[in-house]
Amino acid sequence: MDFSLSEEQHMLQESISRLLTTECPLNDIRELVDSGGDCLTEVQQKIAESGVAGILIPENLGGVGLTLLDAALIAESLGGAVAPVPFIASSVMAPVALLEAGSDEQKEKWLPQIASGAAIFGTGVTEQIGNREDRGITASADGLNGTAMFVLDGMSADMLIIADDSGCMHLVDSQASGLSRQKLKTIDRTRTVAEVILDGVTSEPLPGSHSNREPLLKTIDAGRLMLAADTLGAAQYMLEKSIAYAKERKQFNRVIGSFQAVKHMCSEMVAELEPCRSLIWYAAYAGTSIPAEARMMACHAKAHLSEVGQFVARTATEIHGGMGVTDLLGLHYWFKRIGFNRQLLGAPELVREEAARAQGWV
Amino acid sequence: MDLNYSLEHESFRNEVRAFLAANGDKAPTGTIFRKQTKEDLGWQKLLIEHGYAARTIPKEYGGYGAETDILKSYIIADEFARQGVRPGHSGDFRLVPTLLELGTEEQKQQYIAPTVSGEMTWCQGYSEPGAGSDLASLSTKAVVDGDDFVINGQKIWTSGAHYADMIFCLVRTEPDAPKHQGISYLLFPMSTPGIEIRPLVNMTGDATFSEVFFTDVRVPTSQIVGARGEGWFVANATLKHERGGLGDPNQAEERFHSILEMMKQEKIDGVRLIDQPVYRDRLLKLQARILSMKFNGMRILSSSIKGDDPGLAAWIVKLQGCELNHQMAAMAIDILGEIGILYDDSPHLRDAGFWQYSYMLDLGLIIGGGTAQIQKNMIGERALGLPKEPKPQEVE
Repeated sequence: MDFSLSEEQHMLQESISRLLTTECPLNDIRELVDSGGDCLTEVQQKIAESGVAGILIPENLGGVGLTLLDAALIAESLGGAVAPVPFIASSVMAPVALLEAGSDEQKEKWLPQIASGAAIFGTGVTEQIGNREDRGITASADGLNGTAMFVLDGMSADMLIIADDSGCMHLVDSQASGLSRQKLKTIDRTRTVAEVILDGVTSEPLPGSHSNREPLLKTIDAGRLMLAADTLGAAQYMLEKSIAYAKERKQFNRVIGSFQAVKHMCSEMVAELEPCRSLIWYAAYAGTSIPAEARMMACHAKAHLSEVGQFVARTATEIHGGMGVTDLLGLHYWFKRIGFNRQLLGAPELVREEAARAQGWV
Repeated sequence: MDLNYSLEHESFRNEVRAFLAANGDKAPTGTIFRKQTKEDLGWQKLLIEHGYAARTIPKEYGGYGAETDILKSYIIADEFARQGVRPGHSGDFRLVPTLLELGTEEQKQQYIAPTVSGEMTWCQGYSEPGAGSDLASLSTKAVVDGDDFVINGQKIWTSGAHYADMIFCLVRTEPDAPKHQGISYLLFPMSTPGIEIRPLVNMTGDATFSEVFFTDVRVPTSQIVGARGEGWFVANATLKHERGGLGDPNQAEERFHSILEMMKQEKIDGVRLIDQPVYRDRLLKLQARILSMKFNGMRILSSSIKGDDPGLAAWIVKLQGCELNHQMAAMAIDILGEIGILYDDSPHLRDAGFWQYSYMLDLGLIIGGGTAQIQKNMIGERALGLPKEPKPQEVE
């Protein structure tokens, strides 16, 4: 019985965090998003070189063959750095979909390309979680038709995995004829989501997902887990910034952290956030090793981190006073990343209801 | 992360299960916090013989004398909780570790064995009307007269004072020393002349704690643990044990399952509460918090096994654990609607009135053992390194 990270996992997370600290400073992120860019390509390449792009992909297919817990540690680091690089769709959801439902041929073709960073994948599954605006995709003899909203990493993707209204997932080339996409502007400019319109687009279904929703649901579970881990990292960053600021900023001849009002806000953030770390570890471990609990835990992780993330994001902003809301300080990048993670792949109420279903309460 | 148990620990768990299957029905019911009955003492004796109570306390002091194996201790606690069997104890969980660490050989010989067996019960004389969160400002004084201390003053919130045989008590022996260096830690019988006990009825209607008054109470000077003026440091060893003891995630999980069962039984207008989305969502929010604290507890357990510092994970347990228990009681009351206000021995009462009782008692536990606000100060100052509030004279 060992509820802790291994030496290798600590090293993995530290090396990625170090890389992000040097290669992905806030100034570079600002420049990128101000110029309308979607991805810090150099950072993405370096991360791919370190093996992260193929974190879940078996070694015989060019990856490093690690677990969801390792992927969650990466997601946490990326959230902590508000890194504008594709990871959740391309390196987690798409590989899970391919591994769960792809043919041998599909796996052999695409997984090595994902692992090397040669192919970026986006995923469009939103309509299978909760359909808005009467959108959705149908599959028929002439190909895929309809609109997929909130396709994660959809703008920079070379390939897309799109779920149709039966839950079957399809491989779609983002350059295919009949496909058009437009960027949806969100609060979080470090991530891109696209609206993808399909008009008779040729696709290749993932055969294991035909008449079987389970691969899609597992893909969504993995995505939710990563969004939760990303929020953990972003919230941890905001907390650390708050503590540092409370130790340095003076008012009434005292550092503000000596006022109990401010001190207690810091302690409350810690008290809420620290147990989340254990929830993420357990949920990720369950995703690989305890199948019976995997879905319920992924849902709880997603919903609970959304709630705690929101609390930390607003409290940390308040601790910074007026500076907290300025673009100059830039704390809002983390605030918005947390806000984005909360809504995508199901806002808390919806996801909790799925945790109830996973336990047979509904 | 590997949540599988080793073969050794799996087989140990099976041993505990087999023991409980064979003997669980001999366990007494009701609170362990009382003058121990014949059944209480017999159960404790049986548990010590099998190594399921007082497990790591040396044999010469009445324990089982096993090597420390934190995971085995956890398995014992976990299995007893799962089977709903009342566990044993290791004597007083605050006093015994303190005596083992800091007591004289004579004190160990005299007190540990009867305490571990349950024949000798203790209460803790720390808080005073003027010394609560600021415990070190306590003013009950002890003056040396010949071979005795003569004690005058008052304690409050003394749990179990009305049945305890003995008290471990903080008194001021060095009135001129700085406040943390003027305190001594004394042991004496509650039957000593000059002690008056007035039970304090709390909002549940029960009296679990008392006010204790000392008027010229004479205690031999040999009854001190540690040196004169070192009582604060002796007591901190026990406070550490007390803080570890409150807010138990296993207990939280049991409560959660009771609420879940209740929501599957109770109906409003014929519809089960679990089928009503608003109630269900509130239950799910609670469940996420309970799971987080359970896994936080597993993380602390693993750190302890490896001898690592669990860090922030441990600092927050009292604050979050007590709050969570209180929130669960609040939810149970709410799902019961008007039924939720029934109390005592009313008809239609659910769970023998446990939820209202717990809602009130748990608020006391949020306050006791270091209030939530003191916990937040400690997290902020000791764990996060935020500066203390300046003393009044330093504020301009």
